[in-house]
Amino acid sequence: MTDILNAFVVFANFVLVPGAAYGAQLALGALGITLVYGVLRFSNFAHGDTMAFGAMVTVLVTWWMQGHGVSLGLLPTALLALPFGIAATALFVLATDRVVYRFYRRQRSAPVIFVIVSVGVMFIMNGVVRFIIGPDDQNFADGARFLISAGDFRRLTGLEEGLAIKSTALLTLVVALVVMAALFWFLQKTRMGKAMRAYADNEDLALLSGVNPDRVVMVAWILVAALATVAGVLYGLDKTFKPFTYFQLLLPMFAAAIVGGIGNPVGAILGGFVIAYSEVAVTYAYKRFLGHLLPESLAPESLVQLLGTEYKFAVSFIILVVVLLIRPTGILRGKTI
Amino acid sequence: MSDVTEPFLIGEKMVGGYGGSTILNGCTIAVNRGEIAVIVGPNGAGKSTAMKAVFGMLNLREGSVRLGGKDITHLSPQDRVPEGMAFVPQNNNVFAGMTVRENLEMGAYLRREGVEETMEQVFHLFPILREKAGQNAGELSGGQRQQVAVGRALMTKPSVLMLDEPTAGVSPIVMDELFDRIIEIRRTGIAILMVEQNARQALEIADKGYVLVTGENRFTDTGAALLANPEVRRSFLGG
Repeated sequence: MTDILNAFVVFANFVLVPGAAYGAQLALGALGITLVYGVLRFSNFAHGDTMAFGAMVTVLVTWWMQGHGVSLGLLPTALLALPFGIAATALFVLATDRVVYRFYRRQRSAPVIFVIVSVGVMFIMNGVVRFIIGPDDQNFADGARFLISAGDFRRLTGLEEGLAIKSTALLTLVVALVVMAALFWFLQKTRMGKAMRAYADNEDLALLSGVNPDRVVMVAWILVAALATVAGVLYGLDKTFKPFTYFQLLLPMFAAAIVGGIGNPVGAILGGFVIAYSEVAVTYAYKRFLGHLLPESLAPESLVQLLGTEYKFAVSFIILVVVLLIRPTGILRGKTI
Repeated sequence: MSDVTEPFLIGEKMVGGYGGSTILNGCTIAVNRGEIAVIVGPNGAGKSTAMKAVFGMLNLREGSVRLGGKDITHLSPQDRVPEGMAFVPQNNNVFAGMTVRENLEMGAYLRREGVEETMEQVFHLFPILREKAGQNAGELSGGQRQQVAVGRALMTKPSVLMLDEPTAGVSPIVMDELFDRIIEIRRTGIAILMVEQNARQALEIADKGYVLVTGENRFTDTGAALLANPEVRRSFLGG
């Protein structure tokens, strides 16, 4: 019995809990990607760097607040700085839309042109972020580090294995839940939200119904900025803030959006967790987990790891390819790419 | 109605086409409140183009469009909606991913009050929509979708309802049913302008019929008179 409990605790410690937090972060990122795809009709390659920008502003404001002795006690100060990050990112993407995307919208350019344009925007944002904060790791997390540490867990339960739950993991899940609930309430219940869905569903008919396209696009960008900043800050708190990692997140986030069904917000959330758990489960070494479950004679010598962690991005790539081949609309039918 | 009074909606001597082409060669289409006007004609006669021109989806090189005496020739389609014009496109005329109720709500997007009342009227006209109110419009049958599309247009409380081939792709029974509903809509005093492939059935309910050929008016008369006209019968109604 204790063996099974120990095995479960190991599994929860290294797969379930980190996967949940990572899944929520990917889901928030994928939501932004899916929103741009649905409303503005292109795949936004600059989304990862939008997250980096939002997180960067939040980091800077957090440092300033920490310098002035502002603190949230057990919670990270970054939560207080978050609204500033969102506002700055919203202004930045709205300016980008005004200067760059609007021109191509008026030209009624093909989606593939928008994609290439977004790659250009990505490089610019990339440069801006590195120029301001540099390419290195930055620490901005404060407050309580653990909800429960491995040692406390062991002492509490008397088990051999410990389960550590980082406070940022719980924070990620709670904030993600609140943000998602707010987003769905907005899309389902408000006048503007319905107009946005109508515009994404059938642009011409939405115009015939009197929907103002400029307003829809503006509100969509603000939502995207908010989602990107929240996702970027949560990822930075949970792991670390480094501009390059946000660029790397682009692939799993796109995979999440497409696997779930692009243009479909519920799909983006589902896809986020599918990708996160696949990545974590495939790159986890099951040696200790199996060691608790199997009799000593059968205990594995090797790490029992399907794929090295350095290959974790291959996992999203494989899932992406398989989904595109077998079910191009995604799990919950989105638009075909 | 005598000839001296101006019709409620008129697209007069319209000349135009897409790009540099000319599809309309000076045709005139008009309709009064409480009337059904039907545009018929062979393929490529410019029927749908004439209707789109009246709705402003095409730039006219000559001619004008007037609604209630007001010149609206240079208004964009979006700006004609608040003027009381509602257009039901032939294809993609519902929000497939939204519920029937949401489709109707979107029709009333620009209105702030009396929305529930208009929705009741639409439900009264199309009872099946009340049953399917919570279902996504994309999951409905072709005929039901057309009802959603017409219902969405009626939610704008239009004075003119324009229908582009409303019976395209639906069964004859559904077609009859739709025409019955259109007659009911006429009773509320709305002017109805439609393009129809099923010329004979459409002319039967039409107060006014326009037979277009190569973008010109070939015959213009009441629906009944056109049906009785041997030349129209022979050339356009298949005998």
